[in-house]
Amino acid sequence: MGDLTRLTAAELAAKVHSREVSAVEVAQAHLDRIAAVDGRVHAFLHVDAEGALAAARAVDEALDSGEAPASPLAGVPLALKDVFATRDMPTTCGSKILDGWVPPYDATVTRRLREAGVVILGKTNMDEFAMGSSTENSAYGPTRNPWDLDRIPGGSGGGSSAALAAFEAPLAIGTDTGGSIRQPGAVTGTVGAKPTYGGVSRYGLVAFSSSLDQGGPCGRTVLDTALLHEVIAGHDPLDSTSIDAPVPPVVAAAREGAAGDLTGVRVGVVREFAGEGYQPGVLAAFHAAVEQLRALGAEIVEVSCPHFTYALPAYYLIAPSECSSNLARFDAMRYGLRVGDDGSRSAEDVMALTREAGFGPEVKRRIMIGTYALSSGYYDAYYGQAQKVRTLISRDFAAAFERVDVLVSPTTPTTAFRIGERVDDPMAMYLSDLCTIPANLAGNAAMSVPCGLAEEDGLPVGLQIMAPAMRDHRMYRVAAAYEVARDAGAGRFADRAPELGA
Amino acid sequence: MPAISRDEVAHLARLARLAVTDEELDVFAGQLDVILQSVARVGEVAADDIPPTSHAVPLTNVFREDVVRPGLSQQQALSGAPEAEDGRFRVPRILGEEQ
Repeated sequence: MGDLTRLTAAELAAKVHSREVSAVEVAQAHLDRIAAVDGRVHAFLHVDAEGALAAARAVDEALDSGEAPASPLAGVPLALKDVFATRDMPTTCGSKILDGWVPPYDATVTRRLREAGVVILGKTNMDEFAMGSSTENSAYGPTRNPWDLDRIPGGSGGGSSAALAAFEAPLAIGTDTGGSIRQPGAVTGTVGAKPTYGGVSRYGLVAFSSSLDQGGPCGRTVLDTALLHEVIAGHDPLDSTSIDAPVPPVVAAAREGAAGDLTGVRVGVVREFAGEGYQPGVLAAFHAAVEQLRALGAEIVEVSCPHFTYALPAYYLIAPSECSSNLARFDAMRYGLRVGDDGSRSAEDVMALTREAGFGPEVKRRIMIGTYALSSGYYDAYYGQAQKVRTLISRDFAAAFERVDVLVSPTTPTTAFRIGERVDDPMAMYLSDLCTIPANLAGNAAMSVPCGLAEEDGLPVGLQIMAPAMRDHRMYRVAAAYEVARDAGAGRFADRAPELGA
Repeated sequence: MPAISRDEVAHLARLARLAVTDEELDVFAGQLDVILQSVARVGEVAADDIPPTSHAVPLTNVFREDVVRPGLSQQQALSGAPEAEDGRFRVPRILGEEQ
């Protein structure tokens, strides 16, 4: 039978749907892999073996009784970021304030996965409330990068990206507020897509920064990521910002791209994303990828987006401002932790003691920055000005997309850094998101696809491809074409990671 | 000159209902100062006549028919409560002695 955990989601689905293997066998193979390696990787906060096997059994029974598969991914296992509500598993967001909390409802993403017959293996580790770029801000300890266990797997979705790179799951779900799908994808040699804002429902996704948060698909191949994209995307009346329009045809685009012809596609290279702070090996891999796109027939154009250099400061005002408001709900009254309720303290004191005990340092920093930026007297200079910069960034994108079909850049300026290297320097950590943030501020689609290894450290580099809003399919086409060319004669990229052994 | 003083950070923590310790205040004051000095760069952009963007997609009110649909049961709603009593959330006292 070979090692089922090395197959792609599309291959696994084909084997399950043809009854060559059962969904239970596939789920068990991944649960065994998790048992063997997750002690070292720590991608999962919670593994639900019983629930996964029951879901797999239901897929097998339906197929055995002659039913058509519930979706193209029925029977395929998945790792779910612990920020999505699940009524049968804890949902902690990597925070002590939600330790052990089991929501009374499913997120729309969770529900769609279940209805599609996707087998949820468990919940993955993350920076607390998705605030971070390394997964070191989890209250439950860091996740390790399967390429080098001393290094970070990116963040905030480091659990999801590490689960993919360690072959613990062929599919994962992440959320991307400032790059939390794409940057982990880049540093673990996996694929991650941030759909257009509003493309995937936020219902049941615990809010960090509501105008930026976007759930999305992660995989080891572009096609797998596209297949998952179509399972979770689409209009949801329970999310008022959900776009009521057909899902962009990302699977068809991935298949078209895999034919390897990008003739007529105009690719813009963002001039501002290079230079100081960029690791030479990252830039070298990026430039090689651009040449590969040219060889595939794409027209390469240099494009200037002058306001992108202000995206980082604007983001680190807007996101904390929204977070300071959103996280006010953690008040020790209706769910979650309560500390210091001795019968004499007031509700306000209990609230302050609980939040002090339940939140980690990065969450506290962001709540305070946001509180400051929204204060009268500072509002215009900080939050108001950041919102204007946001407008200018959207205009930069609009002007660029007049000239080109997609924009490309490195996904993140460096490869995976060492655990502990940036924890005491918040600004250094924030620089990880330099290239990914503009797409969150403007709301358009963007993804990361692996583009080789950096010369100096042999670690994966990500190619970011950005597309206009609701033109998500464009980036999938380019990514799939690039992927085929990249792997020609070299085998699958993910298989180049060092063996973790078992 | 620092963008923010230790006292101001203490004030922010009170506003945000965070009972931070003195040691935390020492660390946070320095870190918040570095962050605020850095993000203040947004002020370099000439944007007086630029409208602000609060959301990437245009937002409109979304309505639905005013019909009853299933919600959480009382038991479900209380399932995560730190403390419940008589089918309600039990909370610490909300009024002071003098009130």
